[in-house]
Amino acid sequence: MQIIDAIGRSLQQVPVFADLSADYHQLVAGCGALSVFQSGETIYREGAAADSFYVIRRGRVRLEAHVPGRPPCIVDSLGAGDPLGWSWLVPPYRLQFDAKALELTRLIRFDAACLRRKMADDPRFACAIYERLVPVIVGRLAEARRQLMDLYGQPAGRSQAWR
Amino acid sequence: MAITAPLPLPASNPWQTSPWRISHVRRELADTFTLTLDPPADAADAAAAFQPGQFNMLYVFGCGEVPVSISGTAGEGGRLKHTIRAVGAVTGALQRLRAGDVVGVRGPFGAGWPIDDAAGSDVVIVAGGIGLAPLRPAVEAILHARERYGRFIVLYGARSPEDILFARDLGRWSSRLDTFVDVTVDRAAGAWRGNVGLVTALIARVGLEAEHTVAFLCGPEAMMRFAVGALAKRGVEASRTYLSLERNMKCGVGLCGRCQLAGHFVCRDGPVFRLDRIPNVFQVREL
Ligand SMILES: Cc1cc2nc3c(=O)[nH]c(=O)nc-3n(C[C@H](O)[C@H](O)[C@H](O)COP(=O)(O)OP(=O)(O)OC[C@H]3O[C@@H](n4cnc5c(N)ncnc54)[C@H](O)[C@@H]3O)c2cc1C
Ligand code: FES
Repeated sequence: MQIIDAIGRSLQQVPVFADLSADYHQLVAGCGALSVFQSGETIYREGAAADSFYVIRRGRVRLEAHVPGRPPCIVDSLGAGDPLGWSWLVPPYRLQFDAKALELTRLIRFDAACLRRKMADDPRFACAIYERLVPVIVGRLAEARRQLMDLYGQPAGRSQAWR
Repeated sequence: MAITAPLPLPASNPWQTSPWRISHVRRELADTFTLTLDPPADAADAAAAFQPGQFNMLYVFGCGEVPVSISGTAGEGGRLKHTIRAVGAVTGALQRLRAGDVVGVRGPFGAGWPIDDAAGSDVVIVAGGIGLAPLRPAVEAILHARERYGRFIVLYGARSPEDILFARDLGRWSSRLDTFVDVTVDRAAGAWRGNVGLVTALIARVGLEAEHTVAFLCGPEAMMRFAVGALAKRGVEASRTYLSLERNMKCGVGLCGRCQLAGHFVCRDGPVFRLDRIPNVFQVREL
């Protein structure tokens, strides 16, 4: 119970969940446990069941994509306060990337099945979770698209003509 | 906070290019290099009095003239550094020059970063790609008088780890306990242990007290557009946000109109502008 209270309190510091009601903090915390990964340790692997969802309390995590015949490609890096993983929200609940700790990293690990069950039982609670996680997903999609735009490079098609 | 007033034109004739000798060439990245230039004796004082953020017009004899920001000093005697990315005819010709060669220099021109006005505030520097070059003298000036400022944050984004400009300077700044430096790249392979993502992600994450923060931005305009949005989201007002803009230039002194932007001349009223003075600059498509 003490751990759940402690997780509930730390959720108040996590930007994405900070404004959830105290009741919902407790509901989320009830599915949570604390976990620690050493630098270089794998938190999860692409293709595995998305049975957990994480919030980073301290440290840094990188997401890697693996393609045969190429070195791993780092697609994103996340830090304190960031939620980690959203495959647990969407069937077939399979992880899309590898996640690795870049330094000693402390996380809150949530049991995805437990959260999904509570969300199915209480549509208002489900709505509150979606309202907070969907903007994170949309923000990361926008960032990924901007990364593709090669923002630091020479503007394509800039020619003498515009002078 | 008032924007830095454009400086008076240099005492010497602003039309007249003077011969500066290249004392050192340093290759920074595959397409980017730094020229250290020695002024002639009669230009040394004016050169030494430059303001971070100002630029010189560099002339390659027989080829052409381009504006380039001052990216640092080198010892005494008004010796100045210019960091250049080779993108075309003149910058390509500059890349082919060697120590001992001479380039023509006019300047320094324009309004720089409001270093003095920012005293007492937290300062966040946001740079992308070659945009770190005009900001390096501002970083050095703030570090030189570090006690005059609150928190000091430098956020830098590059395309890949191989494209990180001034890596040694970034390392030196980040080794200081009174300065927070964070670097991110768009893409990286396995060995990179730093951040991956846009510089806007660093803005979203960094601890800021918006009402006490002054922001200086420089980089490609597409990057600055998103960075300005990320700063606004964190509550940093347009009146406390400064950015350096680029337009093609000819005279460099506000006479020919080539660099006109929304009622301003970038060469004379900028290149550093306060964002609320050019509010729609990023709304104009394909400018
Ligand atoms: C105030 C100011 C400060 C500047 N400071 C620096 C600096 O510190 N370092 C630096 O490397 N450059 C700087 N520039 C940009 C530099 O002036 C241009 O890259 C240069 O004028 C290009 O001339 P060029 O003859 O080499 O290229 P051109 O032959 O004129 O053009 C070749 C190609 O490059 C494109 N191009 C032209 N200008 C730019 C640009 N600014 N960015 C991207 N692509 C461009 C052209 O559209 C064309 O496609 C600054 C510009 C301004 C206005
Ligand atoms: S370059 Fe001539 S007015 Fe600016």
